[in-house]
Amino acid sequence: MSEYKVEQIEVHVCMGTAGVASGGDAVMAALTGEFEKRGLTNTGVKERNCKTKQTGCRGLCARDVLIDVYIPGQGPITYEHVTAEMVPTIVEEHIVGGEIVAKWAAKKDYFEFYDKQKRYVLNDCGKVDPDSLEDYIAHGGYDALKKSLKMTSEEVIDEVKKSGLRGRGGGGFPTGLKWTFCRNSPGDLKYLICNADEGDPGAFMDRSIIEGNPHAVIEGMLIAAYAIGCKEGYIYCRAEYPLAIKRVKKALVDAEKAGYLGDNVLGSGFEFHLKLKEGAGAFVCGEETALIASIEGERGMPRSRPPFPAVKGLWQKPSNVNNVETFANLPVIILNGAEWYANIGTEKSKGTKIFALSGKVKSTGLIEVPMGISVRELIFEVGGGIPKKRKFKAVQLGGPSGGCLTEAHLDTRIDYDSLIAAGAMMGSGGVVVLDETNCMVNVAQFFLTFTQRESCGKCIPCRVGTKTMLDILDRITSGKGREGDIERLESLATDIKISSLCGLGQTAPNPILTTIRYFRDEYEAHIFKQKCPARECPELIEFVVVDERCKKCGICKKVCPVDAITWEKGQFAFIDKSKCVKCRECIVNCPFNSID
Amino acid sequence: MAEVKAVVEEVQERTPEELDWTKCDAICAQYAGFKGATIPVLQKVQDAYGYLYKELVERVSENLNLSSHTLYGVITFYAQFYTKPRGKHVIRVCRGTACHVKGSGRISEVVFEEFGIRNGETDENKLFTLEEVSCIGACGMAPVIMVDDKTHGNLTPEESRKIFRDYASGKMDE
Repeated sequence: MSEYKVEQIEVHVCMGTAGVASGGDAVMAALTGEFEKRGLTNTGVKERNCKTKQTGCRGLCARDVLIDVYIPGQGPITYEHVTAEMVPTIVEEHIVGGEIVAKWAAKKDYFEFYDKQKRYVLNDCGKVDPDSLEDYIAHGGYDALKKSLKMTSEEVIDEVKKSGLRGRGGGGFPTGLKWTFCRNSPGDLKYLICNADEGDPGAFMDRSIIEGNPHAVIEGMLIAAYAIGCKEGYIYCRAEYPLAIKRVKKALVDAEKAGYLGDNVLGSGFEFHLKLKEGAGAFVCGEETALIASIEGERGMPRSRPPFPAVKGLWQKPSNVNNVETFANLPVIILNGAEWYANIGTEKSKGTKIFALSGKVKSTGLIEVPMGISVRELIFEVGGGIPKKRKFKAVQLGGPSGGCLTEAHLDTRIDYDSLIAAGAMMGSGGVVVLDETNCMVNVAQFFLTFTQRESCGKCIPCRVGTKTMLDILDRITSGKGREGDIERLESLATDIKISSLCGLGQTAPNPILTTIRYFRDEYEAHIFKQKCPARECPELIEFVVVDERCKKCGICKKVCPVDAITWEKGQFAFIDKSKCVKCRECIVNCPFNSID
Repeated sequence: MAEVKAVVEEVQERTPEELDWTKCDAICAQYAGFKGATIPVLQKVQDAYGYLYKELVERVSENLNLSSHTLYGVITFYAQFYTKPRGKHVIRVCRGTACHVKGSGRISEVVFEEFGIRNGETDENKLFTLEEVSCIGACGMAPVIMVDDKTHGNLTPEESRKIFRDYASGKMDE
């Protein structure tokens, strides 16, 4: 965590999506009210004046609302799980009285979350006010742009090439090389597009960057536009991200007013106009050619490449599409230099990568780590391990295009190439941890339900193939699996991978292939024994209390929403099957795994 | 692509407001000669009128000089366009990966138990519409729902039930 100096007392409130959802607005209002009530906003002594500031997501969403109290001359103190009711005490004891409220202050485990991280791209997320251009500039914002404008565009591209930056959208194509293609395409008018259509379920880094530091993305785009020679740009943002849209809209207006965007950027003669396009809800629009079709106002259908967008893209003009995180890396590279950047990470995967850590892990949230960190470090050190004393089972990397890794892969290094070798892929960086209560067949079915629904229908392998695979999985999870189903899935998956038109279809079978590869026994249990070992597929659970394991605690009776469980103190629980709706609340909540 | 949506709505008597094209024409005029205007126009028109009913789509098609077939092609492709009336509150249940492994399927069931609606449906009283969305992007606090524009996270099925009842009773409107 870098140093941040204050001249007066500042309280920073996390107002990312998770912060707001946990009651950030109320905490902010309580703080402001408390300061005014006590006359702390204008005490006559500058160092004693208090103000609040909203910041974006700092990553540890599991503990929102998080606030940082900055007192001049002292390091920040962080409080977690803050509610409006706690505010008067914090103001009274800490801000006025000078005594930290120890019971609510962040402890060792909060800081452990950051120990292994290297936050360069996210450095200002959680520190700057995303609605304030001045605050961004105070944190060194737009310095990288000024530095770039003093270089030639070739020098900027060379710097990016030397840094070894690869596309953060998931494919991992070398960014500098991609720019060169577009730069070398003939034509005066070229387009730059920021892909903020983050549709992968389980990934939220793009949204957090835009919500937490929108100007960093705009600055990255300006650097890219200058290097490639683009005059016009679009940020294509998911409609499902209202807060991100609101903040980026404001940032665009402010940047234009201040001369960072427009006909003559900072008086340098370089021209760049940037617009926001709101998506309308289609996962396939994350594929660059589909995204371009969508900006043109069509159904978002991919088209075959070549010609690549670098040659014929938006409105048939050369276009360059990069992901949000790729753009956010650029100011870091330009300011610190390519050599410094290339020293982070592994031989072929440079820099840091942001991951969205979620699922069955203690510290869920957004993390930025150097490439090459192991899966084990990611889950057990940064993420703090598995909650409820359960056992780790698998981790799904790269969303619906990726695959799962198991206990045996915990020491796999996380970089583009190692992950592909292990059968997963970097994807956009979603990491979903699964424990022993998650059924792998169900996970495969979940992803396929998603890809099948989101398939645009243009090519037959994807349209019909995903549907056929899903039908088989639906059968297996409902106890109607047949001999030969596993082999059928494998052969369909291989064909679909080879023959689909775009990345959606080419990668849709990955979750199935990896779950079969590493958890074939679970598939077999479903098909041949009519059992779901993880007790997640309701059709394959008996809902019977096993007396040998039942500790007579009665928790299951408390959580049953339909009163199907009878239990008395000192007695075994009993489930009445005529009332049971198979909702699995009893299974999820029983600490002794005593329901089969 | 969203689930195949029936685009045929039962014949409705339109109110004078629904047939007042002032807003629609103004929005279309704003985008006159603008490349790629289809989606932003439909988004803005939908915001102004609630949903995209037959007469409205026809009006947009005349304004933009595009066939209504072309417009319906776009409307049915994207999940965020609606061709049927929607409830006063929209419940979005996140069905992303993290929410799924933490049991968000049960929350959809709770909505069904309370209001008898499944994904994409609106209840009789036009109070609630249920939408299962792929990922709200708040995976750190799974399982998550959004009601209108407010996000609620770290829910148990019973907590979600309480929230829905609060909206149903008007307690949340205060």
